[in-house]
Amino acid sequence: MSDELRAAVAAGVAGSEEGYRSLLQSVVEVARAIFGAKASSVFLLDEATDELVFEAVAGEGAETLVGQRFPSSQGVAGWVLVTRQPLIIENVTEDPRFAKEVAESTGYVPQGLMAVPLLHEEQALGVLEVLDRPQRTQFSLVEMDLLGLFANQAAIALDLLRRARKAEAVLASSVEGAGIVAQLAATVESLEDERRAAGLKLLSALEEVLRSDEGGY
Amino acid sequence: MAQELRPAWSLPPGTPDRITVPVEWPGQVTREWAWGDSTGKGVSVCILDSGVDGDHELVGSVSRAVAVSLDAGGQPVVEDDLEGDLCGHGTACAGVVRSLAPDCEIISVRVLGAGFTGSGDILLGGLRWAVEQGFDVINMSLSTTKRHFSGILHELTDTAYFRRTVLVASAHNMPVESYPWKFSSVISVASHEESDPMTFFYNPDPPVEFFARGVDVEVAWVGGSKIRCTGNSFATPHVSGLCALILGKHPQLTPFQLKSVLHLTSTNVGGGE
Repeated sequence: MSDELRAAVAAGVAGSEEGYRSLLQSVVEVARAIFGAKASSVFLLDEATDELVFEAVAGEGAETLVGQRFPSSQGVAGWVLVTRQPLIIENVTEDPRFAKEVAESTGYVPQGLMAVPLLHEEQALGVLEVLDRPQRTQFSLVEMDLLGLFANQAAIALDLLRRARKAEAVLASSVEGAGIVAQLAATVESLEDERRAAGLKLLSALEEVLRSDEGGY
Repeated sequence: MAQELRPAWSLPPGTPDRITVPVEWPGQVTREWAWGDSTGKGVSVCILDSGVDGDHELVGSVSRAVAVSLDAGGQPVVEDDLEGDLCGHGTACAGVVRSLAPDCEIISVRVLGAGFTGSGDILLGGLRWAVEQGFDVINMSLSTTKRHFSGILHELTDTAYFRRTVLVASAHNMPVESYPWKFSSVISVASHEESDPMTFFYNPDPPVEFFARGVDVEVAWVGGSKIRCTGNSFATPHVSGLCALILGKHPQLTPFQLKSVLHLTSTNVGGGE
């Protein structure tokens, strides 16, 4: 990778996390407002540790919850993630044991909650929760569809955030490797005619050999 | 023991009388014919979920409970479940089935609770085990979005279909592909907003085939509690319970015939009669 190219990629990645975080925050703020709810949050699945992490919170718990994590097998959010099925629960507080479990994944004990998986293509990325929307005599499936639409938006934002973090990690860990590649590119660039063609051919063959080993194990 | 050779790929001349269809069909299939006086007795219903609390008053009893996990080599292992329901969801589904079919036998296969990693393989392992056991009905209020599981799931659901195991699966209300509810060999279920547990609708417009009660349902939860829930996950066991009732009265029905009975007795086709 040339220094210019590396710089361009780095510039593209730099600050993107902040942008995607704002997008996620906007999703939870709007979800909270549309449903007239007390709080709304988005969890990202951290596959390395098999945990769910609070990525964005609107309303109750907004100051304290972001960054907190809990096992992906726990509670309603864990169930929603693994089954890929949305779930709406009312009267949470009627069962103290259940309320305690929910509190651990929400930061407080809500009366009711709606949880929906965040799915992007074939991946389950996390969970969107809306807590304490006003109680109505009859819950409408239209609300469920609306929640599904929000979830789709949140899933796209979450996917972008994940990609940006991966790109940052690759850039951060490949400084030394990128240096060698940049030097090689510069050397080949400085060659002329046949030697340059041979150099490019060699690099292309090397790239092919390296690529063919990918996923071989 | 050698089995009598039966027509399979083609029907030779003079052999149609060798095909037996043991159910006598009435001129009109009514709910009374379909499940009148049935309690689901003699029918096994497997709840593939987060485990079932057999001590819950809405569940009654669980005749067998197993849990699926992955061994060091990533292969699914099925063992007796000593932990019960880790979330509440499986207990909720079992309670709904029991409310419709009070005398059916409930078996719990726990495929949830060990975290996200490996959950697809555990789900497949649990479903394979349940199909091998030959249960009459398998309730699956869950799905996977992993495309590479779809082929194996397809084979498993077809195997279940031809072994007369009815698979009832929750549909998805989100714009993503998920499995196995979209397969035609299963009975797929989404929610309607009515409060009557016996109201269900047939949907001729795929992919989801039936709508059942799934809004604001009082269900059993962990620790002997009850909560009110909404989701296709709770509509699905309503149809599983109906299947148990029908099979309790007509145990010879194939999944194809059972689905036809559901169609004919649905509220929008048979008028709920």
